[in-house]
Amino acid sequence: MHATAGAAGRIEATFAKRTAFVPFLSSGYPGPRDTPRLLMQLAQAGADVIELGLPFSDPLADGPAIQTASARALDQGVTAASALDQLAEVAPELPPIVIFTYLNPVLRMGPEKFVEKAAEAGAAGLLLTDLPVGADPGLAARLGGGGLDLIPLAAPTTSDARLKTIADSARGFLYYIARTGVTGSRTDVDAELSSRVTQLRGMLNLPVAVGFGIATPDQARTLASVADGVVVGTALIEALGTSEAAFRELAEALAEAVRANEKQH
Amino acid sequence: MTGRMGWFGTYGGQFVPETLIPALDELTRAWADARHDSEFRKTLDDCLHRYVGRPTPLYQARRLGKDMGGVRIWLKREDLNHTGAHKINNTVGQVLLARRMGKTRIIAETGAGQHGVAAATACALFGFECDVYMGEEDMRRQALNVERMRMLGARVLPVSSGSRTLKDATSEAIRDWTASVGGTHYVIGSAVGPAPYPDMVRGLQRVIGNETRTQLRELGVEPAAVFACVGGGSNAIGMFAPFIDDQPLPENPSVPADSSGPGQVRGVSDNRAELVGVEAAGAGLASGQHAASLSLGLPGVLHGSHSYLLQDEDGQVTPAHSVSAGLDYPGVGPEHSWLKESGRVRYESVTDHEAVAAFGDLCRLEGIIPALESAHAAAGLRKEAEKWKNRDVVICLSGRGDKDVEEVRRFERTRGADVQSPDQAS
Ligand SMILES: Cc1ncc(COP(=O)(O)O)c(C=O)c1O
Repeated sequence: MHATAGAAGRIEATFAKRTAFVPFLSSGYPGPRDTPRLLMQLAQAGADVIELGLPFSDPLADGPAIQTASARALDQGVTAASALDQLAEVAPELPPIVIFTYLNPVLRMGPEKFVEKAAEAGAAGLLLTDLPVGADPGLAARLGGGGLDLIPLAAPTTSDARLKTIADSARGFLYYIARTGVTGSRTDVDAELSSRVTQLRGMLNLPVAVGFGIATPDQARTLASVADGVVVGTALIEALGTSEAAFRELAEALAEAVRANEKQH
Repeated sequence: MTGRMGWFGTYGGQFVPETLIPALDELTRAWADARHDSEFRKTLDDCLHRYVGRPTPLYQARRLGKDMGGVRIWLKREDLNHTGAHKINNTVGQVLLARRMGKTRIIAETGAGQHGVAAATACALFGFECDVYMGEEDMRRQALNVERMRMLGARVLPVSSGSRTLKDATSEAIRDWTASVGGTHYVIGSAVGPAPYPDMVRGLQRVIGNETRTQLRELGVEPAAVFACVGGGSNAIGMFAPFIDDQPLPENPSVPADSSGPGQVRGVSDNRAELVGVEAAGAGLASGQHAASLSLGLPGVLHGSHSYLLQDEDGQVTPAHSVSAGLDYPGVGPEHSWLKESGRVRYESVTDHEAVAAFGDLCRLEGIIPALESAHAAAGLRKEAEKWKNRDVVICLSGRGDKDVEEVRRFERTRGADVQSPDQAS
């Protein structure tokens, strides 16, 4: 593993401690000023790492729930820059934050400037759904060179050879997409997924967090026994669409489920 | 970034979710293999000839030329293809490729509905299941094509997100493909998207330019200029490709040396033709209501490639506007970004009014009802007709306009009166 000091190393340190509960939150949803408060709630509920989505007009990798949340934030005037400013207000009190977004807002701000601003705001990692490993190594170097871990994704369609390439260049953790498709629709947490995750952990020298379509504490519990981290997004955004209480309750139940069944380190 | 497969200078690339990377690799290999396979080429050429009706005529529009003050105008009649537009050149090629790859289902996005109809047609012909994503706004504007797709056995899936037009239909098709990637091939409708699509669509549309050059040579005509409308840019790149390749750019890296394919004409001195791409200026470039990505956009990433893009200062994609559904797209194919930057192609724009006026001209002077998209190319020439007096100019008439009859009538009713274009007034 890489011996990265400072903010970026925080993610690996977190995964080294225990199985991570990694909730996702969409910036500027439901209200434009709700995000700092909701981030604090996730921290209090037991989040180990938080993925913070910055809104993009054309979220290709997202299903209807996160699309709607993203569109609502943009309608309310939230921007990539304003979302990072809001993060800065509470970041010192939060677990490591991974910014989850799309390439274009980052390019528009300028890759170096974006990384600098995100790191200043307290982020530890950056995950770009439309920058697969190898797509633009020069750009990836510019994004990964400034204090943020560039978190790679792998999918069920990714070959073992490619997985090794991905993991070799990665820091932080590998985000394994539990099934082909966009965020949202439910995933079956079955024996096949579990054995694939176990296999990946044996193969790669990097923590493996699993997400996409993980919705219930039961699923989180099952995955926690095989993965290094469990990511839950859409289910939390949908709960938030109902009420803040429902959001908080689900976050607590998920954290507890991950704790109850965490794998041995 | 220069010099690599799938890139046009700094434009292009494969900016898609990881899930799709293996599918794009598979497609890249399949296309590289098929394009050199004489059996595949023969099947495709046969289909283009006997089914699509190629070659399409190159016809001299004398009355229109006279009306423009004495330009010798040559119309490349892609409107006479089966299904009424150039889009079918691409869909039969891609569906044949999908068959070769063992896929069983086709998905497509459509704006004007011409690509959707062409995809549905190729699927009926080769026995594929076909789902077409279409924005609700476009389903309203192009109701005739919605019915045609359904009759051809395709499912039309309405898209209600975002601007409910081509951009959102494309996003939804990519989402579908991310979930269905194993057995499904995504037939993209223009020279856009992640590699290998821009190069593949160029290769399949290149037949337009190849035929045009052969026909010009037979006529002994040296064109001074070639005009084509630019939405995503497939009819334009198909028309321009042989003209560009005959005079290779100093460092255009991605054009394979052998991309000429059959029909390539060597030794014709038509490589000095000025190439002009015409974008949709909608309600006017200053109005903010337009689809002129190359004229007013900035480089960015949408739908898998790095190219010019209409966007705000936060990097959010801004909705495009055009009376023509097929040009109503905030992005553009990456090769056009490169051609703009290198100066090999000049990009201009015309407004909704200018395009509707040109639509009327073609109807009344030539007995041709053109697609509103294609009318943009004719309007682009009209704007600078003085410059081309007594010279030979080719216009790519990319499609026919039956689908637009309602929309033109509606436009004239609601917006025709407020600004009369000078051409209309004359
Ligand atoms: C007749 C016609 N021409 C042109 C276009 C624009 O597409 P492209 O720029 O890819 O040729 C369309 C798109 O629907 C069309 O139907």
